[in-house]
Order: sequence, then structure tokens, then C-alpha cells
Amino acid sequence: MIYLDNAATTKVKDSVISAMLPYFTETFGNASSTYTTPGQAARKALSEAREKVAGCIGADAKEVFFTSGGSEADNWAIKGIALKNKDKGNHIITTTVEHHAVLHTCEFLEKQGFKVTYVPVDEFGMVNPEDIKNAITDETVLVSVMFANNEIGTINPIKEIGEICREKGVYFHTDAVQATGAVPIDVKEMNIDLLSMSAHKFHGPKGVGALYIRKGVKIDNLLHGGAQELGRRATTENVAGIVGMAQALSEACENMQEKTEKLIKLRDKLIDGILESVPYTRLNGHRTKRLPNNTSFCFRYIEGESLLLSLDMMGYVVSSGSACTSGSLDPSHVLLGIGLPHEIAHGSMRASLSEFTTEEEIDSFIKAVGPIVQRLRDMSPLYEEVERKD
Amino acid sequence: MYSEKVMDHFSNPRNVGELADANAVGTVGNAKCGDIMKIYMKIEDDIVKDVKFKTFGCGAAVATSSMATELVKGKTIEEALGLTNKAVVEALEGLPPAKIHCSVLAEEAIKAAIQDYYDKSGIEKKVECSGNCAHCHGHHE
Ligand SMILES: Cc1ncc(COP(=O)(O)O)c(C=O)c1O
Ligand code: FES
Ligand SMILES: [Zn+2]
Repeated sequence: MIYLDNAATTKVKDSVISAMLPYFTETFGNASSTYTTPGQAARKALSEAREKVAGCIGADAKEVFFTSGGSEADNWAIKGIALKNKDKGNHIITTTVEHHAVLHTCEFLEKQGFKVTYVPVDEFGMVNPEDIKNAITDETVLVSVMFANNEIGTINPIKEIGEICREKGVYFHTDAVQATGAVPIDVKEMNIDLLSMSAHKFHGPKGVGALYIRKGVKIDNLLHGGAQELGRRATTENVAGIVGMAQALSEACENMQEKTEKLIKLRDKLIDGILESVPYTRLNGHRTKRLPNNTSFCFRYIEGESLLLSLDMMGYVVSSGSACTSGSLDPSHVLLGIGLPHEIAHGSMRASLSEFTTEEEIDSFIKAVGPIVQRLRDMSPLYEEVERKD
Repeated sequence: MYSEKVMDHFSNPRNVGELADANAVGTVGNAKCGDIMKIYMKIEDDIVKDVKFKTFGCGAAVATSSMATELVKGKTIEEALGLTNKAVVEALEGLPPAKIHCSVLAEEAIKAAIQDYYDKSGIEKKVECSGNCAHCHGHHE
């Protein structure tokens, strides 16, 4: 199997598993059990993990709160800010191409009476900071803009948007689930107030993530109960998961520059290889301002799910944003959001790399795609019309 | 997610292509929705002598097209008109619930092709359709 769906999830590294294992067996104590030795060991592990994660994004350990993943971090950031700051205003700004964890949370808040502005993006999926600035009103309490897009990989001008929000006195949240461990992040330098991350995107375990909350930010809790996570989030800490997340993120941030250069080379080889060998194909997202591991294409005249299935039968694992893979009748809101017509958006394919991806795998994949696309086109009544015109 | 039968018909579709001497052609669905099926039939003495299809769509759409053409080949017009999407799905050993809408296309394409045959040969008959004709017709430009 050649796995090119690392934007969906990644393999847990052996070193991460080794770091986690003792916390299931020997050091299984409850970090809240104050006076027991196992409890102390668990607490120590937690605080070390918090230091490590904070260090990777330029935060203080006290500003990092572990969650059950990226979705919870997004929910917490948006609902927590909206509810806590209701007396200041009821307006939230986000974009049309966010992950559903952000979009559906905003839609939920709209039903509760909050107002949400969905700022559109350009043809590459990029947000214009000026558009954010112009959308801010006296009622605005939160701006939420994703660091990098999970489907098309485009990286937003986060620092500029952060600056605008800071100036206007509006909280700034960024969903950095795809960006954490993949590109350098410094929450202080980038004026970020809240940042979501998720361990399974950088070779950590599933079901664990974190929300960075800048010191001083006024936010309500999402999970009520015990006093874990400095009284901010109830539930007995997932010590093993948290240790795994910290180990994975530390490793991801080690020699990031070097790994990124290697990934970008492979990514660009894949992009050029596909664009050169398959006619009627477009690259989605920005050519250079994109995640080092992301490629996304639309192949005209074919439908994404049948492409996915065909590739899967040959051992290549990728994903698509077609209607038939999204479980709705519409293709991905991201592809529609960058202005693609439905019929083109249906023919999308995302191939996302990891540090384990080899050049041989990329070569083999490039070779496989062309003939499969052609086979599907030969079956397509839309392509028939194209051939006739030529 | 798909049954073995579906995967078989998807990876090895029967009757793909065009029919140069077709006298019944039907196209349903539209690119906007992500599924288009075009069916070509050669009808002689009330019998579907030959049939071919082309489909733009997901795995379920391709597999149902393939299965439907198998099921009407050699049948009378009457029998072909009696083919339901349910029968096609059963012959494929089932489809995931979210995919049933993709399978309706094949039944509709066959009906549209037979209507085309009636129109072309001056037969004044209207094909009764159980589907949602408004969805199928007219907006595939
Ligand atoms: C941009 C983005 N946000 C949020 C999430 C949700 O993360 P999790 O699966 O950890 O809840 C994902 C992952 O699918 C994502 O790509
Ligand atoms: S032919 Fe389309 S619904 Fe009847
Ligand atoms: Zn379908």
C-alpha cells in the first residue's frame, strides 16, 4: 500500500508508542490523585508534555490545554469566547473554507442568536487580511481563520490577520490542525490568541489535541466537572495520549527546516508530474504558499470517488472532495469556495505526503494516475464531447 | 463499503462505449450533481438487440449502469421498461444507503432511451416514469 492520505491521519511513530506505553502499565496513576506516587509520576509527565508542546509553538506551558482532539479545541475556542464575551458583542468572523469543526460550530451559534460573517477567499483559497479588517464591527468578539487548509493546503497570512485583530481588540483563533508540526508557528510573534492542534496529524495518537489560550484571554469552559487542566477542562487526563502528543510534536519540530525541504521537493515533483502527464487537470490551492505535504488536483470529465476507488484497488490511498465521498449531494465547500463549478469540483483528488513518503512511491503514483484517469474518461459521456471537438 | 459484485462491475464494467447504429439514446443526470449516464440501444422487432453506456459518476453509478445494461440486453421493450432501480440494486447485492440515489440513474436512462426510440420511429407512446423526471431531463447541456 502507498499511503498518500496523511492530511486525514498519520501513522503513529514507534518512538511515540514507546513513550506512551509506560503510562498504560507502570505509571497508570491518576494525575489528580495528590498524594500517591503513581499520581505524582503522572503529574510530572503531564507537566513535561505541556512544556514540550508549548515550546513548539512559542507559548508558555500554562497556556496549553489538552483536549480530545482538533474538533474539541475548535468548539471550545469558538463557543467559549462567544459565550464569555456576550456582553461585548455577538459577532464572529470566519471564512467560507474552514473545517466543519469550525463551520458547524459557527452555524450552531447562529441558531443561538450570534451573528457570523463568512469571509470568502480568493481563487487559491487564501484570505485577504483587508477583508477581515473590513468585516470587523463594534460587535465583533472573535475572528477564526484556519492556519492552513486541510483540503487544498493553502497557508493564510496569519501574522497579518493577527495584527489586525490585536489592533482592533478582537480575539483571534486559528485552527492550526494541519499546520502544527508542519510549518513554524510562533503564537507570540503571530499575534495568535487561541490555536487548535491535533496529535494524529503529526504521527501522534488519535483522540488527543490541545488548545492554546493566551494568558489573559477570557473564555468559558466547554467541559464542566473536575478541576483538571488548571480548572479549565474536566475529565481525567489522557496521560498516555498527551505524552504521545508531546513526543510526536517535539520530533516533528526537530530539524523541521530539513524535513520541509525534502517534502517540498517531493510535493513539487508530484505536482509537476501529474500536471505534465494528465491533460485537462488543475492544481487546487496556492503553488508555493501551501503545506509542504499537500497536493490537490481536479481532473475534468471524471468523478472523484471512482478515481479514488480505482487508485485504491491498485494500492494507492488518497482522498477526494466529490459529493459521493462527502456523503452529501454537493462537492466540497472548499472547492466551491475557491470558485470552482460543481462539475469540476466533483473530480478532485488530494494526495498528502508524510516524512515517511519516498521518492519511489511518488514516482510510482505519478505513473499510475494517468492511465486510471484516462480509463475513466473513456467511460465518461462528458469526455466524449471533448474528443469530438478536438 | 461496496459489495464484491459492485466492485466487479465497477472495475470490469460490461457494455461500456458507444453504439454507432443505435436507434435509442438517452442521457440523464447532470454534471452539476456529479452523475451523468448516457445509454445507447439498438432496438429491433421490439427487442433490445444491443446496448452500451457511458457514465460520469461514482463507483455506484458506474456499477449500476453496467448491471442495468446486462439486465436489459436481449429483453423486450416491455421488459426493459419494467426494470426498476430496486432490481438493479438487488442484482448488485446491495448498495450503501447513501448511494441509492446514484442507482436511480440507470433505470431513468433506459426509460429515456426508449422514449427516444418511440419519438424517432413515430410511435406515439409516452414512457411512464416512476422517477423524478424533472431532475433527469433537460438540464444536461
Ligand atoms: C483543519 C482541521 N481542523 C480540525 C480537524 C479535526 O481534528 P480532529 O480529528 O482531531 O478532531 C481536522 C482533521 O480532520 C482538520 O484538518
Ligand atoms: S426518465 Fe428521468 S425520472 Fe423518469
Ligand atoms: Zn454517486
